[in-house]
Amino acid sequence: MAEIFACSFTATELDARSGIAAVMERLREIDLPDERAEDVQIALAEAVNNVVEHAYAGTAKGDVRIKCNLDSQELQIQICDVGFPLTDCALPPGEPADLSGPIETLPEGGFGWFLIRELTSRLHYERLGRNNRLSLYFQVPLS
Amino acid sequence: MSLTSTRADGAQIVTVNAERIDAAMAIQFKEDMRAETEDGSERVILDLSLVQFIDSSGLGAIVAAMKQLGRDRRLDLAGPTPMVEKVFRLTRMDTIFNLYSTLNEAVTANKT
Repeated sequence: MAEIFACSFTATELDARSGIAAVMERLREIDLPDERAEDVQIALAEAVNNVVEHAYAGTAKGDVRIKCNLDSQELQIQICDVGFPLTDCALPPGEPADLSGPIETLPEGGFGWFLIRELTSRLHYERLGRNNRLSLYFQVPLS
Repeated sequence: MSLTSTRADGAQIVTVNAERIDAAMAIQFKEDMRAETEDGSERVILDLSLVQFIDSSGLGAIVAAMKQLGRDRRLDLAGPTPMVEKVFRLTRMDTIFNLYSTLNEAVTANKT
């Protein structure tokens, strides 16, 4: 069993929303378990938000291309864009947010990479020429 | 973004009439919360039971909404759906907010 599909959309917040919804619909059609689908949706949304907000920050909004590959053990979601690379061309550590201070200092962001790392089984990033290629991997079925 | 307010037992209940609080509406949510709670009661209960999905931007907007209330008021959360609950749990924001599984539970908790 192997199912592959791809889609692309413009890197705006609203197009990202409908693009992610389309990917999730396809994944459910090919029987990704519901509980895994929740994890995938959260992680995918964070990864795509990063592309919209950072990779294409201050530049013309390019495309986000998504390719999914589901086999009997693993779901791979590859997210490609032609925006700026990740800082130092490396995956951020994704530390948990520091919630120890008073209410006034609580973080209002910086949760994204932590969520992605928590919800995926592994991650891979490469910068190829002008392309960013980030792969999120999820174990299927649920362990 | 659509928020509606009611009052119960001295608390203001703000209901989010949207399926998602995501990057596309986080700023609007924060502004609407400010307007909605400008001169409300000490305790605000945010009813999230219609929200099926939240991302880190939405989470940040709820944190911002809590900060806007200041030290003398408080924001409690009610009715998180499974995905919303999961995002709060993973980021440990469930240790910062009082999370009640239903609105009724949140309102009742006010009396004790």
